[in-house]
Amino acid sequence: MKCHHCDNQATVHLTQILNGQMHKMDLCESCAQEKGVTNPENLSIGNLMEQDGAAEDSISGSMVCETCGTTHQDFKKGGRLGCEACYHVFRPVLDPLLDGMHAGVRHQGKIPAGSKSRVDFEQSIELVRKDLQHAVEREDFEKAAELRDKLQDMENDAKTIA
Amino acid sequence: MARNLREYPFPGRAENSQKRAVLTKCMDALSDVKGLNDSLSVEVDDLSELDRQILVEKHLISPELSQVEEGSGIVLSEDRNCCIMINEEDHLRIQVLRPGLDFGSVWKVADALDTGIESAISYAYDGELGFLTACPTNLGTGMRASAMMHLPGLVMSKNMDKVINAVNQLGIAVRGLFGEGSDANGSIFQISNQQTLGESETAIIDRLDSTLNNIVRQENFAREKLLQDDGVRLTDKMSRAIGNLKTCYLIQSSEAMDCLSLVRLASDFGMLPDKYRNLADRMFIEVQPGHVQLSAGKPVDAGFRDSLRADLLRKEFLRTPQIDPSPSAG
Repeated sequence: MKCHHCDNQATVHLTQILNGQMHKMDLCESCAQEKGVTNPENLSIGNLMEQDGAAEDSISGSMVCETCGTTHQDFKKGGRLGCEACYHVFRPVLDPLLDGMHAGVRHQGKIPAGSKSRVDFEQSIELVRKDLQHAVEREDFEKAAELRDKLQDMENDAKTIA
Repeated sequence: MARNLREYPFPGRAENSQKRAVLTKCMDALSDVKGLNDSLSVEVDDLSELDRQILVEKHLISPELSQVEEGSGIVLSEDRNCCIMINEEDHLRIQVLRPGLDFGSVWKVADALDTGIESAISYAYDGELGFLTACPTNLGTGMRASAMMHLPGLVMSKNMDKVINAVNQLGIAVRGLFGEGSDANGSIFQISNQQTLGESETAIIDRLDSTLNNIVRQENFAREKLLQDDGVRLTDKMSRAIGNLKTCYLIQSSEAMDCLSLVRLASDFGMLPDKYRNLADRMFIEVQPGHVQLSAGKPVDAGFRDSLRADLLRKEFLRTPQIDPSPSAG
């Protein structure tokens, strides 16, 4: 089997799931190394994103984290984020990547003791949000208004906890 | 485990003053943590290049941290089993090292250390994404469980590529002795979980554990088959490796490691006394370039290192017996 980038024998066979679609690529040792594929911890997400096409660029090209100054270009190039706020800013481009990269997209592991109250609170906000959505769907507007006010109060409280 | 502090940019994006503030904060917090009493704390820029290389060769710090110029540190527990890197790719990299494959007990130690640190430091954490890390590949648990394995049977029977491909499909990565991008000299591999998000720490460990046990079975099978199919050739290789170590006057670390790998294999087969497995394990570290220079007491060039390495190996293996080709152990 030939390498996707040159005529050498392909020895590295990469399978990735991006945006729910399986992509396969066969590479020779040197091309694989050049792309960082043989080095999973250091895998350049940037290269993978470039393969994913320019359509994404049009929505994400102007993204920049105002907290630390990391741009979408920085992330594409180095595969690293600059601070915790980057995770909110780059979330739209991050989600499909996480989907292909990990076993799942929700944390299932340890919760730090100091964050437990915050996490519990965020989870209860999420529950109220779902209740509100259901109330709107069944056109129970009185209940929806009540839940909307409750949600607003909780979100204001969340800002003080964070 | 990779951890970051809240409200500070990750090291790759931080100003030197911010890195220094994180370093001070972490050093202060770590000094109070149970399990790190009487630990050694040092800033990387206070270490000589040789000291840094020694720490890399002992697997206590990463090659990346050894290259950092300012604002990074190391906290090493008194028993040398826990080492925390500060301001590597993430603010904290908590490492716990143990012999054997008992990941459950290693996780308990690491978890307790992490909890101890977290009582003094607020971590960057998101309810949905878990522990936030500079690289999204470490997101979630931020945990890599890694085993160092000696797999000469799979290498010699040319089955290692198949094993690597198979475990990659299971979200498990295989690297060389020194991690990312390093060669698999001496048939030694680091095998670790690739995925950190979407599973609990114990689920990750269980999956890795069953994969490693499977690899151990494959390795044992490959060894038995090599012995059955062409035992004379294998015995010849192991015997020549001992000959090399006993008689060399110039030897590079990669060749030395391949010979040590065969000594270890002969010992596993029961063809050499057990103590030679321990000697080989010790020599795997002592033949590394930094350690050879440490013994010499000064930095020396590569050519002279090969000579010093050969002197060490000749001395250590001088009294190695002929191998017994009728093995007493499997």
